[in-house]
Amino acid sequence: MSDYRYMLGDQTWSFDSLAQLMAKATPARSGDRLAGVAALSAEERAIAQMALAEVPLKNFLNEALVPYEEDEVTRLIIDDHDAEAFKPIAHLTVGDFRNWLLSDEVSSEILTQVRAGITPEMAAAVSKLMRNQDLILVAQKCRVVTAFRNTIGLAGRFSTRLQPNHPTDDLTGIAASMLDGLLYGNGDAVIGINPATDNVAQASRLIRMMDEVIQKYQIPTQSCVLTHVTNTMECIEQGAPVDLVFQSIGGTEATNSSFGFNLNTLAEARDAALSLRRGSVGNNVMYFETGQGSALSANAHHGLDQQTCEARAYAVARKFEPLLVNTVVGFIGPEYLFDGKEITRAGLEDHFCGKLLGVPMGCDICYTNHAQADQNDMDNLLTLLGVAGCNFIMGIPGSDDIMLNYQTTSFHDALYARRVLGKKPAPEFERWLAEMQIFKDMDNYRLNDQLPAAFAKSLKAVESATGGTHV
Amino acid sequence: MSDSDQVSGVLSKLVIENPWRKLRDFTDARIGLGRSGISIPTAHLLAFQLAHAQAQDAVHLPLDTDELVAELQQAGLEQQGQSLILHSRASDRAEYLQRPDYGRRLNADSVARLKDFMEQQASAGVETEPHDLAIVIVDGLSSLAIQQNTVPFLQQLTKALDADSQSWSLAPLTLVQQGRVAIGDEVGELLNARCVLLLVGERPGLSSPDSLGLYLTWNPGIGLTDAARNCISNVRQAGLVYPDAVAKLMYLLREARKLELSGVGLKDRSGADDALDAGSVSGRNFLTSE
Repeated sequence: MSDYRYMLGDQTWSFDSLAQLMAKATPARSGDRLAGVAALSAEERAIAQMALAEVPLKNFLNEALVPYEEDEVTRLIIDDHDAEAFKPIAHLTVGDFRNWLLSDEVSSEILTQVRAGITPEMAAAVSKLMRNQDLILVAQKCRVVTAFRNTIGLAGRFSTRLQPNHPTDDLTGIAASMLDGLLYGNGDAVIGINPATDNVAQASRLIRMMDEVIQKYQIPTQSCVLTHVTNTMECIEQGAPVDLVFQSIGGTEATNSSFGFNLNTLAEARDAALSLRRGSVGNNVMYFETGQGSALSANAHHGLDQQTCEARAYAVARKFEPLLVNTVVGFIGPEYLFDGKEITRAGLEDHFCGKLLGVPMGCDICYTNHAQADQNDMDNLLTLLGVAGCNFIMGIPGSDDIMLNYQTTSFHDALYARRVLGKKPAPEFERWLAEMQIFKDMDNYRLNDQLPAAFAKSLKAVESATGGTHV
Repeated sequence: MSDSDQVSGVLSKLVIENPWRKLRDFTDARIGLGRSGISIPTAHLLAFQLAHAQAQDAVHLPLDTDELVAELQQAGLEQQGQSLILHSRASDRAEYLQRPDYGRRLNADSVARLKDFMEQQASAGVETEPHDLAIVIVDGLSSLAIQQNTVPFLQQLTKALDADSQSWSLAPLTLVQQGRVAIGDEVGELLNARCVLLLVGERPGLSSPDSLGLYLTWNPGIGLTDAARNCISNVRQAGLVYPDAVAKLMYLLREARKLELSGVGLKDRSGADDALDAGSVSGRNFLTSE
């Protein structure tokens, strides 16, 4: 095991391993304190960052933070590393990697070319030396475009997942939230439901329901039920119209085992979804969610800091060419990210690392009621991520998820971000919004004051069908 | 047109209402809020802030154990002085929120109190057999949920236990402050109970600051994980109502006792989800109905 040292005056600071050095260099957060891997003082953190800045990027190829023999995610990272793509940055230290990323000469094209040569650990390491504005500036240079029934991640675009969750999966309740979202111009990334009852029968029912809505209104978007990957595979076997396969993923094999899958499972699921040929403009069929703290909460972090574990999850994601990946940044609670400041930092780190590695990164900008955070923190992170070129965010009625009991960005929030940043939804979806007369003036972000005709008819159907009972 | 007419004409358009707001009959989701420009109108903004304030307060409101014990006694749910007030290793809420590991274990005083209690019982010659069930009441993330739901829920549960064909001997009630779910297993082990039922205040949502969670562990002991427990969530007046929660729980209790296990090996087939299979294959709703 290597020993990393740093001399300051006549004092020598030493770090036992690259993993420990990475952890101590990480900006402060509660999850690393909980794991007992955080720097013990502000000075130790700053020194660790200086020591980390001197580490050659090549070291990350020779010193696996989680043993190669024990962990299939490490094997994936090492075996898939592209030495040719790595060449332009092979001579750099972590500190100079930051300078390189920020330099005028390094364009979107160059970042795309070196992508396969960057490991998650290199991305995590350099992010630890970067200020929030660096994370925004470099992420904005990265472009990751994916497609299924529309095209996500183009310059000047900002998409949303419409998340119509309901605590009992009541179809009328779900439809009501879908209508609300569509009429507020949301839902181009995906219409995605977290089911309250998590089994195959329920997932199939919800998949069919969304498929019928998408077909009837000819919406250029895709649907997903966020159930376990093995449930979705069963749905496909039973003939359900599955667009996207969902799975929560982590950055170590042990984390993924605790989630009940391995890399083979994801490969099988992807093949099954591809065989349905349901995409019209592209074939990205996977949807992954991640979040700092998941490895520690499964006791599967191998002594790493939570941000490094998180970046490793993006290696898992990029292997399967997903349509969407989002970090659910404030969901896990204050024991991992204590307050608005820590949530903001983590959101920017995750988005940067994901984009640098070539992952179509979005963010569930969110918080729970036991964290020290509020709507203002969400506004700040939303604006920062919008500037950074985040591919998509969540959209939910009035920020209140009545099933998962947390707060995320609202349909209104997405319109705010689009208007102040001059961003449009995915082009295919933008055309649909205009055709359906949901917007009266898309260029000026003006919604139609009148109810669009197609939806007025549907609302009438509720009136005629209701007599206190659910339709 | 007078000046005042012009002003009111402008004012009437300050908030654009959404005609689909009537769909609120079908969901608690904050749909059809309308908009000021593209933003949330003031009234809804303020209503949200109030809900968030209440949910935050629910997290920080301490459990009033004196009041709860008095109510339990009044309802005939515990013998005078029999219930035990315990505390986790988390000294206060700030520590509780950042150290889930502390919330999962009893502090030294509480362990000593439970051991003393068991020794007294042994020396008095009572109850050498293990109890069938220990009920542990834990504040969790919402003391409000505990304060509001515990008494009425336990009234219905004890009735169901009394009416069951097999008898259920109960350990004394325990109340735990600053506790998390796993702490019930330590209490159950120290009380020598065959099964533990934990009532815990769940993470409060904006529309549900008072939601109770139920966790069942057969053969409880320190170090067990969620895989060894069964959970019933969202128990409250406006969620899973007490009779339904009790029915589900009684099913799980009987099955756990019969199979001598809990957790992933104990599937809930109590029938509450049968409606799913009976429903049509199609997902008919007002968006696709005509």
